[in-house]
Amino acid sequence: MSATSEPLGTGGLIFNEPLLWHKGRKGRTGMSIPAGDVPAAAIDDALLGEPVDFPDLSEIDVVRHYTRLSQWNFGVDSGMYPLGSCTMKYNPKTNERQAATPAIAAAHPMLADELCQGTLRLLFELQRSLAAITGLDAVSLQPAAGAHGELTGMLIFHAWHRHQGAQRRKILIPDTAHGTNPASAALCGYQAVAIKSDDRGMLDPALVAELMDEDTAGIMLTNPNTLGLFEERIREIAAIVHAKGGLVYGDGANMNAVLGVIDAKRCGIDVLHLNLHKTFSTPHGGGGPGAGPVCVTSELEPFLPVPRVVKEGGSFRLDSDRPLSVGRIHAFHGNFGILVRAYSYILTMGEAGLKQASRLAVLNANYIKEQLKDVLHLPYDRPCMHECVFSDLNQQAQKITTLDMAKRLIDYGYHPPTIYFPLVVHGALMIEPTETECKDDLDQFIATLRTIVREAEEQPDLLRQAPHRTKVRRLDEVQAARCPCLIGPSAG
Amino acid sequence: MKEIEELKLPDDIRYTDDHEWAKITGDTVLVGVSDYAQDQMGDVVFVELPAIGDTFAKGDEFGTLESVKAVSELYMPMSGEVIAVNTALADSPELINQQPYATWIVEIKPSDPSEYGQLHDAASYLQLLKG
Amino acid sequence: MRYLPHTPEEIDAMLAAVGAASLDELFASVPADCRMTRAWDLPAPKTEWELNDHLRALAASMGVNEQTAVLVGAGSYHHHIPETIRVLAGRSEFLTAYTPYQPEMAQGTLQGIFEYQTLTARLLGVDVVNASMYDGASALAEALLMGLRIAKKKRRVAVARAIHPHYRAVVRAYLEPAGFEIVELDTLDSGRTDLGGLDALDDLAAVALQSPNFFGVIEDLDSAAAAIHQAGALFVACFTEPLAYGLYRNPGSCGADIVCGEGQSFGLPRSFGGPNLGMFGCKEPFTRNMPGRLVGETRDVEGRRGYVLTLATREQHIRREKATSNICSNQGICALTAAMYMASLGGTGIRQLARLNYDRSEYLKNLLIKAGARIVFAGPTFNEFVVEFAADFRPVRERLLAKNIVAGLELGTLYPDMAGRYLFCVTETIDRQTMDTIAAEVGA
Repeated sequence: MSATSEPLGTGGLIFNEPLLWHKGRKGRTGMSIPAGDVPAAAIDDALLGEPVDFPDLSEIDVVRHYTRLSQWNFGVDSGMYPLGSCTMKYNPKTNERQAATPAIAAAHPMLADELCQGTLRLLFELQRSLAAITGLDAVSLQPAAGAHGELTGMLIFHAWHRHQGAQRRKILIPDTAHGTNPASAALCGYQAVAIKSDDRGMLDPALVAELMDEDTAGIMLTNPNTLGLFEERIREIAAIVHAKGGLVYGDGANMNAVLGVIDAKRCGIDVLHLNLHKTFSTPHGGGGPGAGPVCVTSELEPFLPVPRVVKEGGSFRLDSDRPLSVGRIHAFHGNFGILVRAYSYILTMGEAGLKQASRLAVLNANYIKEQLKDVLHLPYDRPCMHECVFSDLNQQAQKITTLDMAKRLIDYGYHPPTIYFPLVVHGALMIEPTETECKDDLDQFIATLRTIVREAEEQPDLLRQAPHRTKVRRLDEVQAARCPCLIGPSAG
Repeated sequence: MKEIEELKLPDDIRYTDDHEWAKITGDTVLVGVSDYAQDQMGDVVFVELPAIGDTFAKGDEFGTLESVKAVSELYMPMSGEVIAVNTALADSPELINQQPYATWIVEIKPSDPSEYGQLHDAASYLQLLKG
Repeated sequence: MRYLPHTPEEIDAMLAAVGAASLDELFASVPADCRMTRAWDLPAPKTEWELNDHLRALAASMGVNEQTAVLVGAGSYHHHIPETIRVLAGRSEFLTAYTPYQPEMAQGTLQGIFEYQTLTARLLGVDVVNASMYDGASALAEALLMGLRIAKKKRRVAVARAIHPHYRAVVRAYLEPAGFEIVELDTLDSGRTDLGGLDALDDLAAVALQSPNFFGVIEDLDSAAAAIHQAGALFVACFTEPLAYGLYRNPGSCGADIVCGEGQSFGLPRSFGGPNLGMFGCKEPFTRNMPGRLVGETRDVEGRRGYVLTLATREQHIRREKATSNICSNQGICALTAAMYMASLGGTGIRQLARLNYDRSEYLKNLLIKAGARIVFAGPTFNEFVVEFAADFRPVRERLLAKNIVAGLELGTLYPDMAGRYLFCVTETIDRQTMDTIAAEVGA
């Protein structure tokens, strides 16, 4: 059997493992606690709590528990993770080490500036790099995730309009946008006005012109958009919005396609967030933490969150004296450990490496698109950026859905692509391979999907019942939502 | 999902454009959702109900139906005051899927009973579904 | 470049397959006037070894390091972290996975977060805990927004002045643009919050207290719950040091409706303030108003126990502008880390460790009193307290810094009326000898 025809998924060596509180014995401990070297102090009994109902486990109980759990999981290190819009690229190991550098991991966030020159310098240099990479002028690293960056961007819109003397109530958001866009805008009290994309999957400037008025704060757009297509008329759209006194927000979720290709400022973007856990290789952690720095034009710099890191002479300090600032949006300096990882990635890749990463990400996506479009329906048959969007239209005759194909991919050892997003494509299957997958692995993935398409015709039940080889099979999500069981029962 | 021909559309009730149904019982009206609505929605997992005594105009949102991955607003077929809500739905939202026409969601006292006549009858609703 | 696997031959073959003559041709749809034309002026790429040196040099330029005894908490605490946690939380099956949208491939994350939700709910005394928020500050802001959502038409919230000043700043940033009003509640001489004026405030959706509060003082949560509920508002209890609940009664058992705060103490390094862990829980009737993800238990088609993300209709990817929050990425691996820490401590260990923090902190309090200092607030504390010295403390603090001890946080920049007072924190990492050294310098 050749390397490319051998499936990755086998079922494997997987153990069962109970819930934590079904293990352990009272009196065990999994952690060394320093001996008491001071007298016991008196305490008001009325304030004393009941003993906390945690199981007592030994160190090996804890180690085996989490090792077994980890073996039920699939990460980028396990295999290809072509989740569209999520940029599941390889997460370099050295970045973990750098974030764990002892004096950096031990840095307290509220000490005097002169005690924190190393961490402040890192923040300052990362801000400067991200400004150069996006083409914008100033950066705040405080937002803890993409959606947090969007919220920060909307707060900046709000503060800027207030400073102009007139608040606005609406914001334009394309129908292809991530759900976080309207949700972030709503937090600032903006009413989201949806813009339909045209039959090419693009924004039509004429429609923007029709909707943009002097009660509209601006537009939030994602470029490349969530169909993986570059919004070619972005400058025209930005000009329309600016002419009516609005601002342009760029959702940088798809930045991995265009590093070194676009200049956000030249595109007419005023505020842009980056997802360091996508484009800049930091791990997703099974849900987080991420980091969502916000980059702005010099005109909007006064509105960025405080504190700002500034350089004076040869040293760095935090500056909170910014009267126009939107204020503070994180308790401290954002997800600093994630910022260290992104900083390390940028230093490792350098300018040429980062630019090549985007070129290869786009090459990989186009390669998959070309190799699968004869078997999977491609609603927008154009050169794509870093991701391509198929649908289950060709499989409808067999009543096979995108979900069925996605679940079958699991049996073959792949994480499924993003499914049912963007909403404008019925039964969407959105594939983002990223640049860190090589041609051999892409070929194997392509061959697997072609096999699944054939199975859909010949043995459709195989797909409807999939996955077959995982530790658990399809789970009853209806029951989970009807009778929510969100915490385990109390032992007491 | 069902083909349009498979849908049950009783004759003794009226329908809205948004797929609610209304049924006159004496001087009150029962409101639910159609077979088409429950079929499109899939397994209903939660029904958000209004409070008794709330008043709504025709077309107002009075609650929501939720499936695992979607939310669908419920709109009043007629103006009026809510005099009862179907409390069985708190524990058994699946009744909406199992018996869409036997499962009313709210009972209202209509403020303008003539609005009933403006709703679709079964034939007109079927035309609407066929587009 | 070791992260990019393509050989020149493969690139050529792939370009041929997509019908492009060059990599640049793939970007033909990008108009010339949108293009990046400036050089970035980034440093030349570093090898792995050069990167090690670079970060080592940055670390060396810090005025404090991992050996320094930092007696500052204020929302970021130094607790010992077992090596097991670094190893287990660093397992790449957890670390390099995405949000568990495909539950069959993510049962490790899902069961781990379900366990986190359960242990945290037990610790805080609530019925439900979500899968995490960004940090304690954003958790508090989201809790107040949730209170406003539940109260429907009310537009006002009250927050104690004894809540961490940075948290209150984040609350202002989140709430003010939407037009909500924030009232601040003063601190009494005991260090507890004055709830006397609540009845006079109408239109009040929620009241937030922190306990232990920023000054380290344990609030009277039972009385607060009664007063807040009497005023027709929801009680939001916030915290920066969850270890306190290993010893003291938790907010849920005292009547709080929403309990939220910072979980960094549980296995996460200070790391200059992040990544942290926003813990967020509430009483059952409010579950569907919660922000953030939730993991629930269910069965698979063969009847086996398993876990899924559930009640997702609250979230932005389904309900968009009507979602309970805009949060998507959360602090997943930090929540899992906290669960590992709670599991390592156990019920016996958390009481023991909390007790040790309390005893050592009381020990330093007593030493400082003997050395002539005054403990500013009379209320009970956990591992932090505010001190006023008889003489200027700055020269003493300088001398201690020379001995690699950071003695307290000066409060004047955060509370101008408290200039010259210091907030001290003593955890299990501060031994008796260090405290004796501090007392000796104060007395010198």
